Amino acid sequence: MSTKYSFGKQIREGLFENNPVLVQLLGMCPTLAVTTSITNALGMGLAATAVLICSNFLISLLRKFIPKQVRIAAYIVIISGFVTAIELLMKAYFYDLYGSLGLFIPLIVVNCIILARAEAFASRNPVIPSIMDGVAMGLGFTFALVLLGAVRELLGAGTLFGFAVLGSRYQPALLFIQPPGAFLTLGLLIAAVQKIRNVMKDKKKAAKQNAQKKSENAGEEEQA
Amino acid sequence: MTLTELLLMMFGAILVENFIFSKFYGCCPFLGVSEKPDTALGMGMAVTFVMTLSGAVTWCVYTFLLVSFELTYLKTIAFILIIAALVQFIEMFLRKYIPALYSALGIYLPLITTNCAVLSAALLSIQNDYGFVETVCFCFASALGFTLAIVVFAGVRVRLRFANPPRAFRGFPLTLLAAGLLAMAFSGFSGMSFR
Repeated sequence: MSTKYSFGKQIREGLFENNPVLVQLLGMCPTLAVTTSITNALGMGLAATAVLICSNFLISLLRKFIPKQVRIAAYIVIISGFVTAIELLMKAYFYDLYGSLGLFIPLIVVNCIILARAEAFASRNPVIPSIMDGVAMGLGFTFALVLLGAVRELLGAGTLFGFAVLGSRYQPALLFIQPPGAFLTLGLLIAAVQKIRNVMKDKKKAAKQNAQKKSENAGEEEQA
Repeated sequence: MTLTELLLMMFGAILVENFIFSKFYGCCPFLGVSEKPDTALGMGMAVTFVMTLSGAVTWCVYTFLLVSFELTYLKTIAFILIIAALVQFIEMFLRKYIPALYSALGIYLPLITTNCAVLSAALLSIQNDYGFVETVCFCFASALGFTLAIVVFAGVRVRLRFANPPRAFRGFPLTLLAAGLLAMAFSGFSGMSFR
C-alpha cells in the first residue's frame, strides 16, 4: 500500500468502483430517509464525510494502542464523540438543515459505512491514506445521496435545490418523496449501476476472449 | 396519559409510524436478515427484547444522571455505550442462565449494537418527553412494528426466490423494489391519525 499509493485510485474506488452505497450496499437508513431533497442529501453526505474523515484520522493514529478485544467499543466512542461535535456545530450554524435531518444526525453513530471503514481500513493503514480513504468514501456516500436526492426531488416536487425546474405544468409525483419512493428509486438506481457493471464485465470478457483467439490464431499461423 | 391514549400511541407506533416503512430506522437488518421467515422472526424477537430493555435503562440514565448533572448534550455517546454494554450483558446472561433463548437469539445479538432502530427508539422517547411507562410501551410497540415488517417482508422474499428477473435486477434491486411495494401498502395506514 505505502509503496504504490495513489490518491486518484482511492477517489475513483470510493466514487464508482467501490461506492459505499451503490456497490457495497452499506448505510441504507440515512440513504433512504434523508434523500427527499437534494439539500438534505448534500447536508447529510457532508456531515457523514466530516465524521468519517475525523474518525479515520484518530483511529488510524491510535491503531497501535487500541487493544483488539475492545476495539469496536473504542471505535464507537470515538465516532460518537465526533458525531456529537458535528451535531452541536450544525445546531449552531445550519439550524434549518439540523431541523430537517432531525434524528438522523445522531444516528450517524450507527452508520455502518463509518464503522466498516474504521475496521477495514483505518485500523490497518497509516494516517495519511486513512484520511484520504475517509475523503474518498465520504465523497462516494455524498455522491450516491445527492444522485438519489436529485431524482426524488425532481420527480416528486419538480424542483432542484428548491428551485422550480420542470415548469408549472409539471404535476409532481408525490410518491417519490414519500417513503415508498425511496425504496423504488434506490432499487432502480442500483439496478442501473448493476447493468453498467454487467456490460463492462461482458466487454472485458469479450476482449479477453478475442485476445486469446488472436494469440491462438497467431500460434497456429506460426505453426503452419 | 390515560390507558386509552397509551394503547392508541402503541397502535400508532406499530402500524402508522412503522419504524421501517415510514421512518427508515433499522433498514440494514431489515434488508440484510430477511431472507427466511425463521431468522427474521429471531431477529425481530432479539430486537424487541433489547429495545424494550434499553429504552427503560436509557430513560433512567437520562432522567436521573444526565439531566441532573446538566450533561444532556452527551446523550448520543451515553446511549450508544449503554446499548453496547447492555447487548453484551444480555448475551452473557442468556448464555449462562437461559441457554434455550440464547441458542435462538444468540447470533443476532451482536448485530443489534449497530442497529439504528434501538438507538433511535431511545432518542425518540427522550425527544417526545415520554415518562417511564410510556417510554417502555413506545419502545416495545416500535419493536413489534419492526418485527411485523421484517417477518412480512421475509415472507415476500421467499416468494421472490422463484422469480426470474432481468440480470440487472437480480439480488438487491429486486429486494428494494419489493420493499417499496410493501411500503406503499403500509402507507395506507398513514390516513389514520391518533393524535
